[in-house]
Amino acid sequence: MSLVYLAVGILLTITAVLAVVRIVRGPSILDRIIASDMLMSTLILVLGTEMVMNGHTRTVPIMLVLAATAVFGSIAVARYVSKQDRTNEGRP
Amino acid sequence: MFEPVLDVIAAVCLLLGALLSAAAGVGLLRFPDALSRMHAASKPQILGLVLVLAAIALTARSWSTVLVLVPVLLFQLLTVPISAHMIGRAGYRTGNFRRELLLVDELEEAVERASVEQSEERRRAEPDDR
Repeated sequence: MSLVYLAVGILLTITAVLAVVRIVRGPSILDRIIASDMLMSTLILVLGTEMVMNGHTRTVPIMLVLAATAVFGSIAVARYVSKQDRTNEGRP
Repeated sequence: MFEPVLDVIAAVCLLLGALLSAAAGVGLLRFPDALSRMHAASKPQILGLVLVLAAIALTARSWSTVLVLVPVLLFQLLTVPISAHMIGRAGYRTGNFRRELLLVDELEEAVERASVEQSEERRRAEPDDR
């Protein structure tokens, strides 16, 4: 069973590292916000895995709050990006 | 006698969820433009979350935990499409995609039609400007 947890931990670490690489490299601000959104989802998965591993349910409220509020960052950045683009284009 | 089976099912769910998440990470790094990266990031993550939440429910085995886990899933199911839509919209408008990779671009016609209608309306509204 601990082998399964080791494999899950390695896979989630790979995901987080790939997301961070995309945040650092990402050519546009949209790539960066997509990658940071995914880092947040990976964090939720890590919390869940830790709960299964240690057999408790204390961090479920943290998962709930993260799932409910993770969207605001990407919506704010997406609106900001399209507004900036519209002024560049010169169209109303 | 039933509990080890549930534990094994939970472990399999965890493993599948982590695999889906890693697949999303690889897609995020390998795909060429922002729109396809958004596709890679948003779709497998939801199924991975479903699997991990199922694993938590299978190991906790109490209805109160399930009652808190259902809103987590509902919030993600409601908000991930919203953010994907907003990011896709912004990505299209900033030209943050590779046009040669698109098979069909239905939005371009709509945008052109809307801008033509808008300029005609403006001409009709202010005729003595020119």
